[in-house]
Amino acid sequence: MSNSPISSPTNLRPKRSDIVESKAAGPAKVELRDVSLRYFTPETETEALAGISLTIRAGEFVSIIGQSGCGKSTLLSLISGLMQPTGGVVLVDGQGVDKPSPKVGYMLQQDYLFEWRTILENTMIGAEIQGRDLVAARDRAKTLLTRYGLGQFFDYLPRQLSGGMRQRVALARTLVTEPDVVLLDEPFSALDSQTRIALADEVAEVLRREGKTAILVTHDIGEAVAMADRVVVMSRRPGRIRSDHAIRFYNGDGQRPTPFAARSTPQFNTYFKMLWEELEVHVEG
Amino acid sequence: MSKVDTAPVANAPVATGMPAAALGAPSAAYTAWLRKERIRHLGVRGTQGAILIAFLLLWEILPRAQLVNPMLTSYPSALWPTFLDLLKDKPQQVNILVHTWGTVFATIVGFTAAMVIGTIVAAILWWWESLYKILDPYLVVANAMPKTAFVPIFYIWLGATASIYAMALAISVFITILMIYSGFQGVDPNKIKLAQTFGATRWQILRKVVLPGSVPTMIATLKVNTGLSLVGVVVGEFQSASIGLGYLIQYGSQIFKLNIVMTAITILAIVSSVMYLAIHWLEAAVMKRR
Ligand SMILES: Nc1ncnc2c1ncn2[C@@H]1O[C@H](COP(=O)(O)OP(=O)(O)OP(=O)(O)O)[C@@H](O)[C@H]1O
Ligand SMILES: [Mg+2]
Repeated sequence: MSNSPISSPTNLRPKRSDIVESKAAGPAKVELRDVSLRYFTPETETEALAGISLTIRAGEFVSIIGQSGCGKSTLLSLISGLMQPTGGVVLVDGQGVDKPSPKVGYMLQQDYLFEWRTILENTMIGAEIQGRDLVAARDRAKTLLTRYGLGQFFDYLPRQLSGGMRQRVALARTLVTEPDVVLLDEPFSALDSQTRIALADEVAEVLRREGKTAILVTHDIGEAVAMADRVVVMSRRPGRIRSDHAIRFYNGDGQRPTPFAARSTPQFNTYFKMLWEELEVHVEG
Repeated sequence: MSKVDTAPVANAPVATGMPAAALGAPSAAYTAWLRKERIRHLGVRGTQGAILIAFLLLWEILPRAQLVNPMLTSYPSALWPTFLDLLKDKPQQVNILVHTWGTVFATIVGFTAAMVIGTIVAAILWWWESLYKILDPYLVVANAMPKTAFVPIFYIWLGATASIYAMALAISVFITILMIYSGFQGVDPNKIKLAQTFGATRWQILRKVVLPGSVPTMIATLKVNTGLSLVGVVVGEFQSASIGLGYLIQYGSQIFKLNIVMTAITILAIVSSVMYLAIHWLEAAVMKRR
């Protein structure tokens, strides 16, 4: 129970699920110790994050939910090394993060495909930037795109693809560089709900199968529960960790159900309701 | 049970470039739509041609009817003999193709230099934002200055030939810098952020995101600075040249032979049109990728 950062005095909360224990997976992959971040602008400074401590183990799939503006994207930017914290430390594999590292892949909220590059070229951009072996990267890019159903579209331009296809290209682009840790910032927010659920299924499965450590930021409680092993709830600005729930589905064979199947389990509804109420309590308080 | 493997083409792309062959025979509505589009296109082209013809007719008829003084305007049918006459090399006068080429060559040098220098300077300003903040007012003022005021000074400083190139460059380079820089600024910061998530250096961001992302701006800039460059060359030639259409215009007006002046101006119009078409083709070729 060492991992309990919850300082909230309230005990209004209904059934609190177990605080996550180290049972889930391997050694600490991503670690934040008492991290805080302030944004500075000429007019004012904004405290976006305060006293965040969080440990994510190798192979874990963690969802982060919280109100708009509570600092979720900021948290991902810190882990990715795009920004440095104003206080505390961020560690990946026990090493301090001071710039983006090939170990961490960051899938942004929108696909941001380059309209002047073909699908295959877009998928290769990260490998080019990191100076990888381009022949191997090209093979890998083709394999990934084919696996995501884009085998015939290598030479198409982004504008010729639908939103869901573009998101899959973005996923392939993130995975071509073979990161251990994958950060996903509301990656499906631009999609209609059916595509969204289907794609979430694909993504969760791909990441689990490849043994990635994944951190998913989302507004969608259902998505957070269905995809993750663990859901972290953040409080309003300045963002702190409000609570941290292990998500377990019991379905006989010991295998975690796919996100889609998870949605029709009784546990799903329990978790959903609990998190829903927690966020609601939060709005009032 | 991998859904991933079976997900393929089920949801077909929003195809803009894909053949819509699957639909089979075109519907009547589509045929009608195509016809309407073609008629509209022909209408635009036809009107463009009609305007040109009307202009040439008026230019021919008004002087002949003595409604305007033919001494002042000449008329189209008189230009052709003048042109043929100017085609001949004479003792003090090279033929008009040499004049034309002189002007065209200087213009090409002018806008190419403006493009290259402008892009490099814009890249430097993008790299050091403080430098941009420092230089911004000077660039804006330099751009607004009437550069033609410098024609005599350039002539004194640089001599007959170099001053023409210098004028072509001076007149077009500042707007080139300003336009390309604003193109660089306009590149979606999220695309830059995306490159940064892969650890891109500033140099990589410039090469892989900012420059390719600014190609449409560069084409727009090219449209502006080819025209400006031509202005610079002709104005420079007024002052200092013994070759070039600008010189020919100057010479023709001094000896009051308006036919020569009008012929040279007509050739300038043709040169402008050809440059416009060339850029238009370039744009079409480049934009195919977007
Ligand atoms: N570049 C910035 N400069 C100043 N303040 C910023 C900047 N970026 C974010 N903020 C502030 O920091 C806070 C956290 O922002 P962040 O983008 O991390 O929120 P978020 O949880 O991702 O929100 P959303 O769910 O709406 O995406 C916000 O209140 C925002 O106003
Ligand atoms: Mg966000």
